[in-house]
Amino acid sequence: MPAVQETVDRVREIDVDQYRYGFETQIESEKAPRGLTEDTIRFISAKKNEPAWMLEWRLEAYRRWLTMEEPTWARVEYPKIDYQDLYYYAAPKQKKSVGSLDEIDPEILKTYEKLGIPLREVEVLEGVVKPEGERRVAVDAVFDSVSVATTFQAELKKAGVIFMPISEAIREHPDLVKKYLGSVVPTSDNFFATLNSAVFSDGSFVYVPEGVRCPMELSTYFRINERNTGQFERTLIIADKGAYVSYLEGCTAPQRDENQLHAAVVELVALDDAEIKYSTVQNWYPGNSEGKGGIYNFVTKRGDCRGKRSKISWTQVETGSAITWKYPSCILRGDHSQGEFYSIAISNGFQQVDSGTKMIHLGSNTSSRIISKGIAAGKSQNTYRGLVTAHRKAANTRNFTACDSLLIGDKCGAHTVPYIEAKNSSAHFEHEATTSKISEDMLFYCIQRGLSQEEAIGLVVNGFVKDVLQQLPMEFAVEAQKLISISLEGSVG
Amino acid sequence: MTALLEVKGLKVQVEENEILHGLDLTVNEGEVHAIMGPNGSGKSTLSHVIAGKPGYEVTAGEILFKGENLLEMEPNERAAKGVFLAFQYPVEIPGVATMTFLRTALNAQRKARGEGEYSTPDFLKKVREVSARLSIPQDMLKRGVNVGFSGGEKKRNEVLQMALFEPSLCILDEMDSGLDIDALRIAADGVNSLRSKGRAMVVITHYQRLLNYIIPDFVHVMSKGRVVKSGGKDLALELEKSGYAQFEDKAA
Repeated sequence: MPAVQETVDRVREIDVDQYRYGFETQIESEKAPRGLTEDTIRFISAKKNEPAWMLEWRLEAYRRWLTMEEPTWARVEYPKIDYQDLYYYAAPKQKKSVGSLDEIDPEILKTYEKLGIPLREVEVLEGVVKPEGERRVAVDAVFDSVSVATTFQAELKKAGVIFMPISEAIREHPDLVKKYLGSVVPTSDNFFATLNSAVFSDGSFVYVPEGVRCPMELSTYFRINERNTGQFERTLIIADKGAYVSYLEGCTAPQRDENQLHAAVVELVALDDAEIKYSTVQNWYPGNSEGKGGIYNFVTKRGDCRGKRSKISWTQVETGSAITWKYPSCILRGDHSQGEFYSIAISNGFQQVDSGTKMIHLGSNTSSRIISKGIAAGKSQNTYRGLVTAHRKAANTRNFTACDSLLIGDKCGAHTVPYIEAKNSSAHFEHEATTSKISEDMLFYCIQRGLSQEEAIGLVVNGFVKDVLQQLPMEFAVEAQKLISISLEGSVG
Repeated sequence: MTALLEVKGLKVQVEENEILHGLDLTVNEGEVHAIMGPNGSGKSTLSHVIAGKPGYEVTAGEILFKGENLLEMEPNERAAKGVFLAFQYPVEIPGVATMTFLRTALNAQRKARGEGEYSTPDFLKKVREVSARLSIPQDMLKRGVNVGFSGGEKKRNEVLQMALFEPSLCILDEMDSGLDIDALRIAADGVNSLRSKGRAMVVITHYQRLLNYIIPDFVHVMSKGRVVKSGGKDLALELEKSGYAQFEDKAA
């Protein structure tokens, strides 16, 4: 049928030049020598003025990493990564340490401006940029290996909230860092997490003290700029008893022919009655229309509901990266704790996504909820991989899982790989999965009512992901909705 | 009278098989035409080609709508110009509230015509007024488009859209399929309330019973890709008695 063929052709020639964040910032940078040895780690640690215990921690991770094998179980294919051919540290050259925004290289400020990330809190505070009363967001901006600016620090400090680059936290709050770093994702956890433990350069640290509701959304914006450089950020968020925090994460990278490695680790700890809401809009460069270039995104994200009645909620919108290997998980340790995972994963062109979650029920009366929406277009492969398990001593655990996949065109694939293990007979686990295709009939119905083909796809897809979009903070939901249409532009006529 | 729709010598293929072999049909403003015929006679093909459904190749002939070449227009342009197809099997669109769908579609049509988009309050006012007129409950509008709708509700949703978009040509494709007699009466009442001097309707049906409720001005019998007989509303009754068999040979 002609139109079907047309749609398929368009999908085939998917134009990833749509990627709007592909520009490069010309800036002088300081790098560690190429390759990875103990000296590289000493170099990074020295750059950060780290205490001896931190260097030791890194070196131990490095030695363990040398004995580990890269995992191969995910449904992704890529040429072997030469870990000795990468740079593990790159920082924009600065004459002195940054005291205020005015001292940041204007090129970097311009970069964030182009990306639409407000770093100038002054304007925001004076009400120039946003009207009074609108929700404000504190931003930590990470450029390659270092954090370049963190806004609203003073106001957060007043509330007792610590929000700073993790490199600073290691120096200023060593007790907190020592206590929690690696307590959720141990250095030995997996190949990529162990590598991250050895070479991580920056990331965000958040501590919300007992009983405090963080007065604003916290956000980190990650930008890879430098060529041949991996980004290894490390984020650690602790919500003490009864605390609440909502954290947003965004990421982009320039358009390049080579593949770049991003291996991050995120650890969340929620104590008694605490709640952490973690939202991601991931838009790394996905590669071009022939599948060349793009970010390899190997990320370990895990939350520990350590306290009773604690709650951790992951929401992710994944549109970028050539390869995504990512399973934001919850360890439901505290009795009555809750874990949630809401995900939209869109793949187009030659992208490969293997993503999902683990809900590990250790405590009694713990509950979890998984809503995953995978959308595959072009020649992409989109896999949901999930694990739900109940420990034999965990009574009355509940899980609800719904995995829906939507296919656009006939060259893509959607796969669902759920693992469910209930070792306690009182566990109540439900799993639903559907796969559907945007049919020509569905599109024609909308088009006959006056919508263009692109509007029709947008409408159908947005209906498909609605349950998840609703979980995102408002500003992010709007951004995500736009991103979804951009990501699917060119998948149809 | 102005000819609203003129189909001249229309030949249509699907994957190399010719389905319509030179079809002629003229519909004037305000007229209701019924097209009857056995399965496979090309009735639905005709409705799809007029609406612009992909998958059909027009090899000869033309379709004029208000004097313009319809075949050169995208299906959404045709909709904006006033062509409405009430589907035999309306599709379900999960997660998209009927209200959202109606507003998106109506505004897309208005935009294409260079008219201003409706503001939310204006749109709500209009949709409430139209649905009240057709006795359609408000909660139906909050549900996903056709999701979990009964056969009757789906057809009423089609009628609601017809009332809201105010097209000048309505093509009703097998409106009666899957409806019991009560649901059929309700849907037909809705359609009848939309009959007007400026609006024409083409009612495609296999059975005569629909025409007891929507009484046509003209009846055309299709067989094997051609109109083989045209007449007044009595032709339908005649067919009910004698069946389609008499035309099968004629067409061959």
